[in-house]
Amino acid sequence: MEAQAADRIRVIVAKVGLDGHDRGVKVVARTLRDAGMDVIYTGLHRTPEEIVEAAVQEDVDVIGVSILSGAHMTVFPKIVAGLRQRGADDILVVGGGVIPDDDVVKLKEAGVKELMLQDTPPDAIVAMIRRIVAERGPR
Amino acid sequence: MAYVPSLELVPGVLRREPRPIARLLTRAENGTAEARAALDALFAKAGRAHVVGITGVPGSGKSTLVARLAAQLRARDRTVAIVAIDPSSPFSGGSILGDRIRMGDLGGDPGVFVRSMATRGSLGGLARGTLEAVDVLDAAGYDIVIIETVGVGQDEVDVARAAHTTVVVSAPGLGDDVQAIKAGVLEIADVHVVSKCDRADANRTIAELKNMLAMGLSMADGKERWHPPVVPTSALKAEGVDAVIDAIDDHRAALERTGEIVARQATIAQRRLLRASEDILRDRFERERHGAIAGLLEELAARRTSPHSAAVRLLEAIRLGGNP
Ligand SMILES: Nc1nc2c(ncn2[C@@H]2O[C@H](COP(=O)(O)OP(=O)(O)OP(=O)(O)O)[C@@H](O)[C@H]2O)c(=O)[nH]1
Ligand SMILES: [Mg+2]
Repeated sequence: MEAQAADRIRVIVAKVGLDGHDRGVKVVARTLRDAGMDVIYTGLHRTPEEIVEAAVQEDVDVIGVSILSGAHMTVFPKIVAGLRQRGADDILVVGGGVIPDDDVVKLKEAGVKELMLQDTPPDAIVAMIRRIVAERGPR
Repeated sequence: MAYVPSLELVPGVLRREPRPIARLLTRAENGTAEARAALDALFAKAGRAHVVGITGVPGSGKSTLVARLAAQLRARDRTVAIVAIDPSSPFSGGSILGDRIRMGDLGGDPGVFVRSMATRGSLGGLARGTLEAVDVLDAAGYDIVIIETVGVGQDEVDVARAAHTTVVVSAPGLGDDVQAIKAGVLEIADVHVVSKCDRADANRTIAELKNMLAMGLSMADGKERWHPPVVPTSALKAEGVDAVIDAIDDHRAALERTGEIVARQATIAQRRLLRASEDILRDRFERERHGAIAGLLEELAARRTSPHSAAVRLLEAIRLGGNP
């Protein structure tokens, strides 16, 4: 029982930027919940600083950020840097949205763990999160 | 941060560093055996914070109020930690913890710490590990620790046995009656808040609540008795939040003046002992289900023994008080 509980994955899902709808993130949040994860939903228009602070306090395994606005090349590096600065780089950063292939390569080099296209099936997202948390190992 | 043993997190918690606090909260929530000694050490350091429970039916405005309270407490130079509890899905065990939406603008201030917890099947409005989380935050030196319970309606009375001051939030437009009455939580309120008083129908909610409270005021034995105030608030107009803080402070002062605080502490201690015992029993039960007690379960299923006799033998079999 203890081992089971300790395995519970905590994820924060956030939406950065100014575009106003959050249907997509909510679908992802529900999918992760239905896969047995604890999902912290922060609502719209979060800044990278707010996301890092929330992720540290909530002690999540994974930060999932949705960006449609094109600001990904500033937002993701800020989150990764913020986590490093807080000594929290065991928190994994993943993203979803509309991101060109070139940028995907750069962002992964910059420390983003995974990036998924906007219409990735829910099951694939669940599998990806389980995999990267398992690869990171216990902490 | 690589793995850090729980006892090594304790100094960081006492220096109020978010990362060690957060790590230990996770282990408290998971019931990690390795964290036991650290949590015990922090329990010994705790006891200074004022613990405030906030409860009320779903959608009554608890999270909104908590966010405003935190901002106002900071304006008064007091530090505040918040434990916000949401239900787990009974199907997957997972949860969506949405209270941070309303608390978004608290980010970045080291004097505020917000933590979401899922109930994971626990009843009573609190999550397993909530009270230990409160210990950790208390020991970390936050002046006020606020627990926002799940708004389950019938079930949120546990918070009254965990908090020094219990605030019950009612709101207009959620049903015909004042929801506090329906949910049977009238008795546990030390402070009543009627939220959403920017709405026209709020006056009726306030009047009904005051009526109900007046009916309960019959005893006149000369003893000083706390009369729960009814405080109207509006998050929309940013009104009433200071009055809620004043009411909480007044209640704390009254607890101390009348000595009632001792009785509260005793109630809290009693509740915690019982709850910790239940947790140990449940854990042992799960672990021994296919081991030491499997035979017992078989006998019971075949009706060769009674539940009561089986329970007595169970407690013997798992040697309560032995290695946890
Ligand atoms: N008009 C008005 N609406 C309010 C006020 N306070 C909260 N609300 C709204 O009421 C709804 C519920 O507010 P929450 O703070 O999430 O309520 P809650 O009790 O925390 O809800 P649960 O955690 O889901 O049980 C939201 O849509 C708020 O915007 C208020 O003072 N006035
Ligand atoms: Mg809430």
